[in-house]
Amino acid sequence: MGHYGEERVVSFEFTVNGERVVVEATGTRRLLDVLREDLNLTGTKEGCGEGECGACSVLIDGALVDACLVPVSQVTGASVQTVEGEAQDGRLSILQQAFLETGGAQCGICTPGMLIAGRAFLSSGTEPTDHNIREAIAGNLCRCTGYTKIIDAIALAAQRSAHQ
Amino acid sequence: MERPSLTVRTLPPSVAAPDTTPLVIPTDAPGLGRARPVGPLRREGPAKLTGEAKYADDLVFPGAWFGATIRSTQPHARLIGIDLDDAFDWMRVVVVTADDIPGENIVSLIDDDQPVLVPVGGEIRHQAEACVLLAAPDRATLAEAKRRVTLRTERLPAVFDPLEADREFAHYTVERGDAAAAMETAELVIEGTYRVGHQEQLYIENNAMIAVPREDGGVTVHGSLQCPYYIHKAMKRALNMGDELAVVVQAETGGGFGGKEEYPSIIALHASLLALKLQKPVRMIYDRHEDISATTKRHPAVVVYRSGISATGELVAQEIEVIMDGGAYCTLTPVVLSRGVLHAGGPYRCENVRITGRAMATNTPPNGAFRGFGAPQTEFAAEMQINRIADALDASPLDLRRRWVYREGDVTPTGQVLRESVGGIEVLEAAAAESAFDRTHAQTRAMREGRTEGARTATGIGLALAWHGAGFTGSGEVRLASVASLELTDDGRIRILTASTEMGQGTKTIFPQLVADALGVDYDEVAIAPQDTSIVPDSGPTVASRTAMVVGGLLIKAAEKLRARVESHTGRTFAESYRDAGPMRIDEQFAPYPGEPFDDKRYTGDAYPAFGWAAAVAKVDVDLDTGEVAVRDCVSANDIGRVIHPIMAEGQVEGGTLQAIGYATIEEMKLVDGRYLNDRMATYLIPTSLDAPRLKSILVEKPYSGVPHGAKGIGELPMDVGAPAVVAAIHDAIGVWIHDLPATPERILAAMTGAPMPPPPGVSLEEPAPRTPPIEDLPAGGDKMPFRAPTDPGAER
Repeated sequence: MGHYGEERVVSFEFTVNGERVVVEATGTRRLLDVLREDLNLTGTKEGCGEGECGACSVLIDGALVDACLVPVSQVTGASVQTVEGEAQDGRLSILQQAFLETGGAQCGICTPGMLIAGRAFLSSGTEPTDHNIREAIAGNLCRCTGYTKIIDAIALAAQRSAHQ
Repeated sequence: MERPSLTVRTLPPSVAAPDTTPLVIPTDAPGLGRARPVGPLRREGPAKLTGEAKYADDLVFPGAWFGATIRSTQPHARLIGIDLDDAFDWMRVVVVTADDIPGENIVSLIDDDQPVLVPVGGEIRHQAEACVLLAAPDRATLAEAKRRVTLRTERLPAVFDPLEADREFAHYTVERGDAAAAMETAELVIEGTYRVGHQEQLYIENNAMIAVPREDGGVTVHGSLQCPYYIHKAMKRALNMGDELAVVVQAETGGGFGGKEEYPSIIALHASLLALKLQKPVRMIYDRHEDISATTKRHPAVVVYRSGISATGELVAQEIEVIMDGGAYCTLTPVVLSRGVLHAGGPYRCENVRITGRAMATNTPPNGAFRGFGAPQTEFAAEMQINRIADALDASPLDLRRRWVYREGDVTPTGQVLRESVGGIEVLEAAAAESAFDRTHAQTRAMREGRTEGARTATGIGLALAWHGAGFTGSGEVRLASVASLELTDDGRIRILTASTEMGQGTKTIFPQLVADALGVDYDEVAIAPQDTSIVPDSGPTVASRTAMVVGGLLIKAAEKLRARVESHTGRTFAESYRDAGPMRIDEQFAPYPGEPFDDKRYTGDAYPAFGWAAAVAKVDVDLDTGEVAVRDCVSANDIGRVIHPIMAEGQVEGGTLQAIGYATIEEMKLVDGRYLNDRMATYLIPTSLDAPRLKSILVEKPYSGVPHGAKGIGELPMDVGAPAVVAAIHDAIGVWIHDLPATPERILAAMTGAPMPPPPGVSLEEPAPRTPPIEDLPAGGDKMPFRAPTDPGAER
């Protein structure tokens, strides 16, 4: 790194799952590392480090992004949502419960990212057809399920949410 | 014919009420045991869904350093020296070479050929082979130190093609009747050579291991792994440690599929060597590039096949030659080859069979376990043959299989009599019915015959059938002598003790479910001990679809004994009285299943206690302009003996089927100079949700009486049928056979147009790939540009 010059460590302020955080980091530190190592939110996973697998999916101001591709300097003042914010008051969300019941989680390593992608989909209000759900999770790779039960889970959650 | 018992998948009912389910598994959760429709909820599901589950890289060990591996960049070379740059202060890091290994420099597995680290003066046998280890307190220092290490090597000639290799890891022959003589009498002889390449397991969690040195001189490793006792054994030998000093603890494991069967032993040794020298915890967390570059793949194979059919339409002779590429070291290759050879005939009655197999050494990274373990390679060839025979006879591929598939009482090439639990015909009929195979096949045929010049896509349907031996091959289970234990603790809890790991397939759910059923208690009353070699006995590795059948069977027997003992002590039912009956422990050891013992030398006898049976029907669209294949539908019917947990069983079928579809269509490792070229997720592609068809799984139950619950294992079965079903569907669509996997657009277009076929899969090119020409050599813009950037979206239309 020497000949590029040393990066300065500075403060970045944003919210994570509704809580205000201040982290001291270099501006290019990946949001993924800030979440996992600085804030001890290890629910967000690293699968490839290059934006292919979606295991590190988070919402930034509601937008679905790969945290491995986002430098922390870009989230100043933003609202970041991770899997740790999905359950409320110690209860699984409708989406989590649907994953549990349909078998949408197997090894579980893609699950946090799938939940976040599913959350973004549910928030979008898009009609929960098979194709629309497939589109919504196309950036999230799963090697265990063949996706069928993940799609079932999101469809079930959409159905239950609509009845609330 | 006996009706198969079918389990129909059902979605949980939708509810209108707001969800108020607590994080703990509700006590009214649907289903205990198979009497109820869906089975209990996944035991570790809530932790995985909330992000609380701790995978290896999530574990925090204060003061831990980061480890790295310096790897060879030659496929075959002598390691002359290791140069450490004087300009770097080496006191900042820890360096480990082969000289630091306290025990034998051997990764203990089947053969003793693989070193933990290549020593100076030793032979580098493949690209990305580990030579030096480093650890540093932070990643920046580690990265800098890595750049300051140079391996001095002297290049040696490399072998890449298993057909040209002269070093052999194993060879086997299976023979029944007189295949050569019977082939002479055949009315029709169909011959084919099929090649399949490497496949990457691509678990989404990379390999990861953390070694923690202890005050007693031992070391504990925490990692992503399938087989705690494989690692334990490897540590004892290379680190020169006794049983108690080497401890292995499984962290939550993000997928394995065989890819975390043997390689984690190497990572555990590397992390341990650094940790012991440093006397601090060391984290050895692979990134995706390192994981793909260095760890094992599915074995490439060449299968040369001749089938003879008599004038009366019987399959009278099979002559099969299997050549597998083991890569540079033995790893599990002999066992992979063995399973491949034993399954090569496919699930068909034939009196005269000769199957020979050999596994060869090449200068490529060692190949190892991957779901199916040799069978997907040879059964692809077997099913290609059957489909080509049907084509040649103008017979229905369904009818041909109905005629030839093994029935109860039939004899396999090893002389094994299939006495029971033979569900081949049931899975075939179930898959055919669900997919309306005959009707669709007639439709696609009419579409093919009526296709006009201007057609842009073609639709086809394909069928495949397979068998898969349950549990270890031959006398493997006897040699393993697995133990599963059940204890009643002194504070009145029921606890399962096994080394069987959870990696998504459901071990932690189905074990308590089986035990609770046998004890007559609730699912939630049965706990499961962590997979820690200092706590649990050696239940054998979590491989070979053996966990539910073999270890699950041991647990049921242990539970029956525990229940009888408690009930005889207390005079009351187990459920009423167990809380005050402890401490008590039952250690249940494997006893041979009934049947003819397997002769490992002559390859005769019962190769497996029972077989699982699978049929798949795939429907594809082939783009006639680009050769791209889209798999639209896939039905997979599987006889797994007994369904323990329908949702998890379906999950295995669906996931395995999509891996097989990937194997059939897009997953191919490319090699140059023995190095994987597409060693990233951006370049090694697996199916996404948009590539995946809606997968339909049908579970068929033909119980096996050798185990108390009748279950035969499921994990690997669907992997055997997906690829041949897809390739048959491609043929149905476009009328050409693709003999090599994957059936890429390049291979399909070559087959359709007669253009030269791309090189066979799995074989490294000798020379480095031609580099992209410098920008000034590219032709000037406009239509001559090789990749035209669309400037005006409207211009394309």
